[in-house]
Amino acid sequence: MSSRVFGEPIKRLEDPRLLTGDAVFVDDVERPGMLHVAFLRSPYAHGRLHAIDLTDARSRDGVIAAFAADDLGAYWQHGPLLVPPPPIADAVFYPRTQVPLARGKVRHAGEPLAVVVATSRYIAEDALDDIVYDLEPLDVAIELEAALDADAPRIHEDLDSNLAADVRQQKGDYAAARAAADVILERRFTYDHGAAAAIENRGVVADWDRRAERLTVWDTTQAPIPIRNGLAGLLGLSESQVRVVAPFIGGGFGPKIMMFYPEEMVVPWLAMRLGKPVKWIEDREENFFATTHERSQIHQAEIALDREGRILGVRDDFLHDTGAYNPYGLTVPINSQCTLLGPYRVPAYDSRFRAVFTNATIVTPYRGAGRQHGVFVMERLLDLAARELNLDPVEIRRRNVLEPDEFPHHHEIIYQDFSELVYDSGNHRPAIEKACAMIDWERERDGAGIQGEEPAGTVDKRRGVGLVCYVEGTGIGPYEGARVTVESSGSVSVSTGIGTQGQGHFTAFAQVVAEQLGVAVERVRVVTGDTRAFHWGTGTFASRGAVVAGNACHAAALAVRAKILRHASEALEVDEADLELVGGEARVVGAPQRRIALGDLAQRANPLRGAVAPGTEPGLEATSYFGPSRGATASGVHAMEVEVDPSTAMVEILRYIVVHDCGTVINPMILDGQIKGGVAQGIGNAFYEQLIYDSEGQLQNASLMDYLLPTAAEVPPIETAHLVTPSPLNPLGTKGAGEAGAIPTGALFAQAVENALREDLPDLEILEIPLSPNRLWELMCAARGEQA
Amino acid sequence: MDDSALIDVALTVNGTHYQRQVESRLLLSDFLRHDLGLTGTHVGCEHGVCGACTILLDGEAVRACLLFAAQVRGSTITTVEGLAAADGTLHPLQEAFRQAHGLQCGFCTPGFLLTLVPFLAENPNPDDREIRQAISGNLCRCTGYQGIVDAVRSLSRTGAPKPAHEAET
Ligand code: FES
Ligand code: FES
Repeated sequence: MSSRVFGEPIKRLEDPRLLTGDAVFVDDVERPGMLHVAFLRSPYAHGRLHAIDLTDARSRDGVIAAFAADDLGAYWQHGPLLVPPPPIADAVFYPRTQVPLARGKVRHAGEPLAVVVATSRYIAEDALDDIVYDLEPLDVAIELEAALDADAPRIHEDLDSNLAADVRQQKGDYAAARAAADVILERRFTYDHGAAAAIENRGVVADWDRRAERLTVWDTTQAPIPIRNGLAGLLGLSESQVRVVAPFIGGGFGPKIMMFYPEEMVVPWLAMRLGKPVKWIEDREENFFATTHERSQIHQAEIALDREGRILGVRDDFLHDTGAYNPYGLTVPINSQCTLLGPYRVPAYDSRFRAVFTNATIVTPYRGAGRQHGVFVMERLLDLAARELNLDPVEIRRRNVLEPDEFPHHHEIIYQDFSELVYDSGNHRPAIEKACAMIDWERERDGAGIQGEEPAGTVDKRRGVGLVCYVEGTGIGPYEGARVTVESSGSVSVSTGIGTQGQGHFTAFAQVVAEQLGVAVERVRVVTGDTRAFHWGTGTFASRGAVVAGNACHAAALAVRAKILRHASEALEVDEADLELVGGEARVVGAPQRRIALGDLAQRANPLRGAVAPGTEPGLEATSYFGPSRGATASGVHAMEVEVDPSTAMVEILRYIVVHDCGTVINPMILDGQIKGGVAQGIGNAFYEQLIYDSEGQLQNASLMDYLLPTAAEVPPIETAHLVTPSPLNPLGTKGAGEAGAIPTGALFAQAVENALREDLPDLEILEIPLSPNRLWELMCAARGEQA
Repeated sequence: MDDSALIDVALTVNGTHYQRQVESRLLLSDFLRHDLGLTGTHVGCEHGVCGACTILLDGEAVRACLLFAAQVRGSTITTVEGLAAADGTLHPLQEAFRQAHGLQCGFCTPGFLLTLVPFLAENPNPDDREIRQAISGNLCRCTGYQGIVDAVRSLSRTGAPKPAHEAET
């Protein structure tokens, strides 16, 4: 047998291109005669647009054209509702989607008002200053609770209020659980998530070939196929006339799957209208205003327990900021609602949320996609309960986690993928024990405390540890597909429709296929994100690439394997059962000199002369699809040790541990990278990053100077361990891993910091994320009963 | 000054001599990417924070988005395209990044590589703290930095040689 490739830490096949600068990103696309685009964006968060005059802009040297909403004619329309609401009884949902260029009203700062096309980006931006417009500022609704007030400024005037959705889901009888409880704790929690801030901003290049009647669009999207289908519809073209390419993408993390961004609608239209290739590349400031965020939720939550610390029920009522429009439906708040339940037995659950329109950038999923918010609430409730009951935080979790014989576990509520929330599998207790062993929980929890004297002049630092759990519904449907072809050279090509943003798909999918076909992984060439190569599928989101597309690759590889064996058994005149696929050949087991190369078989399967049997498909090729019945449940435990300086409220992470279970692992090196990158984003979310709006709806920190992404100085080494509980819902047994690292970090931070300060401030309760040294300082002062 | 007045720029990039006329306001990052077609230098912020546009200017790591093309007349520049050998053999630092999984989307990678080449030339045996310090001006949103630190550490005994085109001359 040749060495296994599946499950091995194979070095990435895409790396040489990325390391040498050869990889093509959207901004690297050059076309002859290409024009450049700049958008005029609203300086106000809320305003009435009375007039816009493009005359001066159009007459500037180098400007080719300029357009406002009215110039788009019938093309001007609201974007699609990307995700309709799941079938939840009595759910209220008011969809209001974005438009390509504002008409009549502006609802968030940065909304595009007009577009200029010029021979260079520099000139296009110059011409923005030539545009004269009359935009009357309106009062804004920016603060989440105030936006629901009856007299709040109305963002969508056809609605009665800024309420965007009102959804309640229940399981069991919470009132009865509460009545039976020994301990009831209620708190108000706020959790704010931030900007995805991929290092590559967004961009779109469109090229209309008038003579071939074909439109090619390069787009930094996570979902090229839906973009192609949508664009064809919008532009009145057939889908086969539109090719969308998502080439190398410089990080996605969620916001690059929003669609249609106004620029995504406008740029292809410009290319057709002007008959020239057109490029728009977002700059960093635009990225802060125009690329979607995730932001705040405010939870009023209550937990009911018996005196042993067993959960009897949880009640939650929360507000969710959806921004100025809600094209992504209810995905984020439903993720919060469902993920709150964690790996725990929760007999009764009563959860209501209201989504609220605000005069701020649209909210769509960003890595974690609302799951952080729910995990924070549940983990904090458990921590508070443990404190109340004088239990160790790990012990209260041990008492409540689901045991292996409780799967599949039905939660009786609906998840974001429209199916019932059911955990397919899980093995939580070993994960907890493993994390405890790694961080030496028993010793650190009570023993750490105040550390030895620092050198003179510095104040003692305090050490603490924390440990939290989470589950993540990953790898949801509907489906993905893949085509696998053995070429006559013996090379294998694989194409799938999802886009890739650094997750190593070129390597992981090659491993899946190479394993079945017995070829070297280097001989497998994977194409993703090009609708000409494969045009069925949905996109990269919800930690689903390795699960859904991975299993589609697996299915296609199995089908090709069957074809290879059939042809080889004919060629070598042996039973299929006596063949093995090794080293790029089909060999007779026990007689390896009787062999035939896969390339030769591919040629046999594609004869140029002679007759074939009726119904024969040529070639060694297969296309297969995989659609899971529901998401696969990944889970994990994070633990950390921190050192807090009580005189400055600075927190240093001394150790960070992740014990993760995402089922079967295709490539442990890539998996580790996904986890660590996620944790880095979680740390940013917990302690450094916050989108700060003023009362006028202006984002105050829209640059990388002011919005602090963690650097190598802030992200500690992260220790990982993996448990494998395969998903029963797909043949490979994989579960998603892309978002997991980022999900529990905020909750962990809060618990560890409280633990570090337990001697000084036994009553400190951290009920919000993000913290910052300043905010932690204020909370510490408040816990002491002082002013900050 | 008249915006449209063009300025002559002659310089050497990755061992090749170029002569171009540029507008005074043209950023060096745009010049390299769009005038010279060297798109390996990436642009993430255009305000000097992310480090994706880092190049070597006369051997020193600088941010191409904070310079005008007209400022670098007569200088010698190395971009990521100039690191590997002519036959495609990766520079040892590039190879180390690959071995240690120091990149995911790869968008930040050129900037990290060019920040680290002169750093390693001066500090062939850095410890982890020094490595982290050296890259703390570059942002990576994908990796959590650990793979990058591991990659550099793996070289710390051998050191990183000069970029291929410099080594040849
Ligand atoms: S693009 Fe130059 S530092 Fe970010
Ligand atoms: S690898 Fe994506 S930003 Fe660094």
